[in-house]
Amino acid sequence: MSRARTRVDGPAKVAGVARYAADHPGPDLRHLALVTATVPAATISTVDTTAASAAPGVVAVLTHENAPRLAPPVGAPYGGRLPLQDNEVHYDGEPVAVVVADTLDHARAAADLVRVDYEVRAAITDFTAVTDLVVPSPPPRWGPADTNVGTPEPAEVTLARVYTTAARHHSPLEPSATHAEWRDGRLFVRDATQGVFGVRTVLSSVLGLPREDIRVVAEYTGGGFGAKGYVWPHQIIAAMTAVHLGGAVRLVLTRAQSFTSHGYQPPTRQRITVAAHRTGRIAALEHDSVSPTATYGGYVEMAANATRVLYAAPAIRTSHRIAPVNTILPTPMRAPHEGPGAFATESLMDELAHELGVDPLWLRLRNHADVDPTSGLPFAAKDLRACYREGARRFGWERRPLAPRSVRDGHDLVGWGMASAVMATFRFPASARVRLRVDGTVVVEAGCQEIGTGTYTILPQVAADVLGCPADQVTLRLGDTDLPETGMTAGSSTTLSVGSAISAAATTLTAQLAELAGADAVSLTGTTLELDGDPDRVVDLADLFAEHDLVEVTADGSFTPTDTGHSLHSFGAVFAEVAVDEDFGTCRVRRLVAVYNAGRIINPLTARGQMTGGLIWGIGQALLEQSTLDHELGRFVSKDLAGYLVATQADVGELEVAFVGEHDPHSGAIGARGIGELGAVGVAPAIANAVFHATGKRIRSLPITPENLL
Amino acid sequence: MTEQATENRTAIPVTARVSLRVNGVEHHLVVEPRMTLLDALREVIGLTGTKKGCDRGECGACTVHVDGRRVNACLTLAVMQDGHDVTTVEGLGTPENPHPVQRAFVANDALQCGFCTPGQVMAAAACIAEGNATAPHRIREWMSGNLCRCAAYPQIIAAIQEAAQADPVDPAHAR
Ligand code: FES
Ligand code: FES
Repeated sequence: MSRARTRVDGPAKVAGVARYAADHPGPDLRHLALVTATVPAATISTVDTTAASAAPGVVAVLTHENAPRLAPPVGAPYGGRLPLQDNEVHYDGEPVAVVVADTLDHARAAADLVRVDYEVRAAITDFTAVTDLVVPSPPPRWGPADTNVGTPEPAEVTLARVYTTAARHHSPLEPSATHAEWRDGRLFVRDATQGVFGVRTVLSSVLGLPREDIRVVAEYTGGGFGAKGYVWPHQIIAAMTAVHLGGAVRLVLTRAQSFTSHGYQPPTRQRITVAAHRTGRIAALEHDSVSPTATYGGYVEMAANATRVLYAAPAIRTSHRIAPVNTILPTPMRAPHEGPGAFATESLMDELAHELGVDPLWLRLRNHADVDPTSGLPFAAKDLRACYREGARRFGWERRPLAPRSVRDGHDLVGWGMASAVMATFRFPASARVRLRVDGTVVVEAGCQEIGTGTYTILPQVAADVLGCPADQVTLRLGDTDLPETGMTAGSSTTLSVGSAISAAATTLTAQLAELAGADAVSLTGTTLELDGDPDRVVDLADLFAEHDLVEVTADGSFTPTDTGHSLHSFGAVFAEVAVDEDFGTCRVRRLVAVYNAGRIINPLTARGQMTGGLIWGIGQALLEQSTLDHELGRFVSKDLAGYLVATQADVGELEVAFVGEHDPHSGAIGARGIGELGAVGVAPAIANAVFHATGKRIRSLPITPENLL
Repeated sequence: MTEQATENRTAIPVTARVSLRVNGVEHHLVVEPRMTLLDALREVIGLTGTKKGCDRGECGACTVHVDGRRVNACLTLAVMQDGHDVTTVEGLGTPENPHPVQRAFVANDALQCGFCTPGQVMAAAACIAEGNATAPHRIREWMSGNLCRCAAYPQIIAAIQEAAQADPVDPAHAR
């Protein structure tokens, strides 16, 4: 059942009583401050900590010379090099020392006193200058690096284009923070993370501690968007320091450090070609993407994935290559893969429509993929046609004049554009426990995270649906490695994966209750059970539990993603209206209408927030966000929120969101698919296509800035 | 860092005395003179509701009221607010007894991760009291100093409009 429910964690968050990782005091709490490399490639010749060590309040200064030795990380994604283990520097911002002091002020002041001398080596940060490209080895669920299916048909029209997207930084509002305590041979960590289990796995392997002796907790995470998914050096530094010195430490990254400490969305250079018949049918598609990775690891942005699934072409060839550069490892960022990729695919479709003189929406319907054109598998519950139809209706698309530069509003050129959205459905193994107490309270336990997507609110709804009780009767405990294990809260996977595990646990629980009550089915209301749907047959939990000598009834459940023989994707259609001031080149997004097909929507209120948030991320990708590298200095130019522009309140126009389609029986047990990433896909090409329609200028490089439009 | 800089650093007076009235409670602090109001609230007084998103005036997560006006607590030193009245999000309302703005934020889903929320709530209360919450475009402009990376922006506008209607101008916040 789908029901709008306000956030359970809302009251605590609006009152400022929700405590995040950096908000926990402690009598013996010590503060850490990082010293980071100021060059992108070097050997450290000397590191002088004399002044820092003598500064007020300083307890210790750790460098590669005196830090504890670490073992290689295994078992969970780790994005850095092992910190403070050698005298090598592979990227600007790499940690080279950490100061431990009694107060934050003292730690920061002493960090400024650490003197590091470097033997600087030649560095490369411009991935387009790298000649030795590497074939990546993506995780299997991302698909292979290259695909090639079908035989191209002879075609009358061929368009070959290059599209580029910018490097972007996640910039969650909460800077990463790790609070670590070492007491009585056990490590306790409060972390700003999207995955407590991954943190525990990495810390266990690098520190050589058994997993049972490590507990990682994340009650609230102040946004992640991918930055807090992999484990990064700062988390290891905090934990290592706590173990080394004993007691409690807290490390909070500065905003500047957050630009070099937990990855970024790599820029992409995408060469894409479409061959088509004059009838509008696509004859072949090719999409080759190159993106940077770190010198020490291989991350690949799977930009060409969008082209693998979107259109029914008789031949589709895609490839990905990576170029090692001297930056920290890139990492998934909302929305990964299809996010940068759909800009190329969906801009090219607009170019083809213009070339053929047809409506861009008609062209998409003409080439609609009824089955996954690369794998040949049927899609799970796909209803993209309904997204197109409903989006066009709400937007008023049929009133769009075909020719660019045909609408003016005072000083502005007005344009309408559209694009498809597509996102692979990621699923993780998950487990959960549901407890029913004699007072009727239901407690659901699952070690996933609340990063703002509404987990605290939505997952109890899943359990309540199965048990038949109101969601308010259910509370969720999450973000704790002492709870049943789940995957990380990333890739829009949590509601689907953990929800399926909770649904299984709740189903088992009702079966147990039915057996205890001697019924076929039970439904929970307050402190009573209704038997077999008969309002006259009711038992009191107190009586039932007493009869069987129980204090609570507990059931476990799990979800294991299995191959259902389907291609699992969510879809959408995004329509944009922009106004471009011809004199200033400024582009404003007046309105966006987006309609999505993502399976069952459990909570329309929080789902709407996910989608409007995604649309605004798309506005940022289209018009604002870019991290520029200075290739001379080998570092990002603006490590702050004044230079790295994210959308503000004033950048947002009218947003309209709707969902079509219902229950997806294939992806998981609760009919839902992921939505959070999907909202950030297709917005940038819809805007770029609207800009073309407004101005006649085809911008093939994101973001679109005023100088492009003058 | 040179020797010179090291000496200068140690020549700075070590502590200063500050009296702050925070949420109606008098606090007498001995702080490092360069300590921001934000660090004094969070690290010394222990009020962690006010968040640090950037520590340099770019995000608004640290918004508090000083004598009824909204201020980025990271952009002012604790010593500069000696003798002044500071209201933090904890002083505006509680989960059990929320301020109308806080209630409207929950009702309109004007938050996601919640990290910007204390700053948004404080800025919103001030925005209403200033008389700037009259129309959506005006609220957008006057709330643009508060970043929300989750981008709950439309919902924040809706919440502020609702709260502004419920509570036109709170005289306690009038400038
Ligand atoms: S922390 Fe003060 S404005 Fe960002
Ligand atoms: S709610 Fe996450 S930054 Fe605003």
